[in-house]
Amino acid sequence: MGNAYILEVKNVTKDFGGVRALHDVSFCLREGEFLGVIGPNGSGKSTLVNSITGFVKPTSGSVVFRGKDITGKRPYTISRLGIGRTFQMAKAYHHLPAFKNVIIPLCSKRVGTFKGGRYGERDDIALDLLEEVGFERDSSIPYKLANSLPHGYLKRLELARCLALRSEIVILDELFSGMSMSEVASTLPIVEKLKTEGRTVIMIEHRLKELFRVVNKIVVLNFGMKIAEGSPEEVMEREAVRSAYLGSEE
Amino acid sequence: MITESKNGKTSESKRRKERLDRGIKARADTIFALTSYREALYLLFPRALVVVGMLLVPLVLDTYWTKVVVITCVIGILALSWDFIASAGMFSLGQALFFGLGGYIAGILNHYLGWPPVMTIPVAAVAGGICSALLLLPVLRLRGIYFAMVTFILPLIGAKIIEATGLLGGIAGLSALTPLPNLWVAVYLIIIALIVCLFGFRRVMDTDYGLVLKGMMDNDQAVMASSINIYWYKAQTLFMAASAAAFAGAFMTHYYRFVGIPVFAMDYTILPVASTVVGGVGGFAGAVLGSFILVPLCEALRAIGSWRIVFYSFLMVLFVVVMPEGIFHYMARKYHQFERWVTTE
Amino acid sequence: MIGMIIYGLVNSAVFVLMAIGFSLTFGISGIANFAYGAFYITGAYVCWHLFNSLGLYYPIAIALAVLASGLLGTLVYRYLLFRIRGISLSEVIATFGLGIGMLELYRSIGLTGHSYKLSVFVEGAVEVFGVYVDYQRLIILGLGVFLLILLWAFTHHTRIGLAFRGIAQDEQTALCFGIETENISVLSFAIGSALAGLAAITIMPLSLLAVEEGGNVLILVLAVGIVGGLESTLGVVVASLIFGFSQIIMATYFSPHYSMIVTLAAIVVILAVKPSGLFGKFKELEERV
Repeated sequence: MGNAYILEVKNVTKDFGGVRALHDVSFCLREGEFLGVIGPNGSGKSTLVNSITGFVKPTSGSVVFRGKDITGKRPYTISRLGIGRTFQMAKAYHHLPAFKNVIIPLCSKRVGTFKGGRYGERDDIALDLLEEVGFERDSSIPYKLANSLPHGYLKRLELARCLALRSEIVILDELFSGMSMSEVASTLPIVEKLKTEGRTVIMIEHRLKELFRVVNKIVVLNFGMKIAEGSPEEVMEREAVRSAYLGSEE
Repeated sequence: MITESKNGKTSESKRRKERLDRGIKARADTIFALTSYREALYLLFPRALVVVGMLLVPLVLDTYWTKVVVITCVIGILALSWDFIASAGMFSLGQALFFGLGGYIAGILNHYLGWPPVMTIPVAAVAGGICSALLLLPVLRLRGIYFAMVTFILPLIGAKIIEATGLLGGIAGLSALTPLPNLWVAVYLIIIALIVCLFGFRRVMDTDYGLVLKGMMDNDQAVMASSINIYWYKAQTLFMAASAAAFAGAFMTHYYRFVGIPVFAMDYTILPVASTVVGGVGGFAGAVLGSFILVPLCEALRAIGSWRIVFYSFLMVLFVVVMPEGIFHYMARKYHQFERWVTTE
Repeated sequence: MIGMIIYGLVNSAVFVLMAIGFSLTFGISGIANFAYGAFYITGAYVCWHLFNSLGLYYPIAIALAVLASGLLGTLVYRYLLFRIRGISLSEVIATFGLGIGMLELYRSIGLTGHSYKLSVFVEGAVEVFGVYVDYQRLIILGLGVFLLILLWAFTHHTRIGLAFRGIAQDEQTALCFGIETENISVLSFAIGSALAGLAAITIMPLSLLAVEEGGNVLILVLAVGIVGGLESTLGVVVASLIFGFSQIIMATYFSPHYSMIVTLAAIVVILAVKPSGLFGKFKELEERV
């Protein structure tokens, strides 16, 4: 089982009509690893997530999940195999109450609790999940329409929907962006719990302090290229990373 | 102090209209806590009114208006079908396709194979639904106006092909088909079909299955990320909606004893859409209400010929712009809410 | 053979003229104007009445009719579409209903029959490579090319034109840079409508003025727009050439019925296979799929 990677990203390149968003990016992930992906805005982080989860099709290169090539497969197929994600821009179902937002992933074949029932147990599961991410169960918040929720709640709703799938790999795309400090503080334990549960997590984040508390590996992207990979400490030592992030000394 | 009332008028007053929900809804819009027969009756009354009213209506009308009721119900079913796929996020401008497929399948089975209406109508409904879903399968990934364009064009292609090739009776169509036994059978068949569609579609949307459909309308990417195959769901939705419309088409084939190119006409597309828009998109009751307003009105205006198309087209535009929620949602709000004036600071 | 090429070119220019207004409006304001066919017919009728009922000098009648089409577009945008911007379902229903309503209105007030025929700009014909082509067709060809060049120059070298392109790419960003997107959208809608009127006045003299043309024009315009890739000017040209020639070929060797079927089928096939159209860019693909 020495080289049993759960996810292998091999030489993935993605062009958007002449603009190269990802250039020959490769990395591997073992089961239970917690990977952080960092890089300046526009460095291709979200494109990387979209390429792994099937929302965009890589121009070249491949993505392998548990030894199976999933490049260019449909997003729902990839999600069903066990790669769940959140979106950077919270994509809530605005016309549905918050807890109904969480019921939708519960209806999928992956979760397999489909009963078509109206008062089924799915309502309860959904409320449990929402409570886990900080929607107070006895308040009216889980029953509010998603379009009336503040942004921080939408991001956590996004997380709850992702947790509902019980994916093997969880990809969190800038989960903390737009959250207040206290929201970050209360959400971080959920992320840490994923780690203790031994799930494989890819986390894209700008808040390095929080990120470095949980990750054991970092990949740095800049202009669509991987410029560094390694443990948080050794990555931040690198000159290239510092200049990409902080601007060079001159 | 300037306050803004709900209808958008800004007026300088210290009063404001306050709207309160009647205390029957608990927590969420699908979890009711009924505490008395009175409350149960309150919810049951409008629903019973629709069913009983529709079943009684043919008894009090003369033959001419009974026939109008038949047309109304047909348009009502098409409107329901439109509203159903719209609630899954697909905007069709081609109800005539579903309608025409059903009509032609029934016509072919009856004309060439001699099947009786008892068999042709159900078979045409199912086969029409399957054909429609298969035809639209390649374009299910299109959204918004692009899907609308395809559905707009497909019935035109159908009509042109029949016109150009002269197959299936060509321009003359298939005539002298088996009629329905009598007007009573016809009118009750279509009324019951309408009621079944109305409550059936409402029921589907209330289940978790319907929740997925609503989710697809709001945000199909998030549904895909939830490992749900949206194309499969969309195909199923199309099948259900198209079956209802194809049923209406097959019914009309036997009712008129004729099927021809007119089944692909604009009328069968625009009138259902206009009905739904006037009545209120979403929730299906609006679609039925709209068709029961528009179709009889158009019938009354039949004397003025093609003006009626002008009339309902412009009415539809007016409603989209001025009263986008439609008549039904307006009425439902009045029914479910108290209103009172309160003074503000 | 040469006749076919010349008539194919003229036919393609007809498509370009028809489609350019629709494509411009859609590309910039994102509104698919399903009332385009009705606007087209309106331009022709206004021109006919100005010339025949009021007895105006023909060039003045043409100019006024084009202006009137533009004004109609402005009014429709200002009083109908302005209130439902961004809700694509409402936009489609409103323009679609408006188009059908207007066309049926014309039919109802009796704007049909053989008396309604626009006259050609210049009588006569000329021999080109041994084929007689009337002046009107040459004017269509010339106008098509002229409009394309004008449009290109406008969008690449004028302030408003650049603003147009800015909005087409990203409305919100354009807003941030001080471009008043609403005004530009009105303008694009007005210009699109005026172009519809101009196209009608130029093309209609070739046949009778009939209400049915409105529906056909809408379909052809959608076909050109979709096959070429909406908002791509190059796409409009290429798709017009494809349709222009294929129509002539179909009409020569098969029945004219089939040319419409081919057009319609082309739309559906393109949308199913390559939703961005032949020359569409990635951004459009994102919106369509």
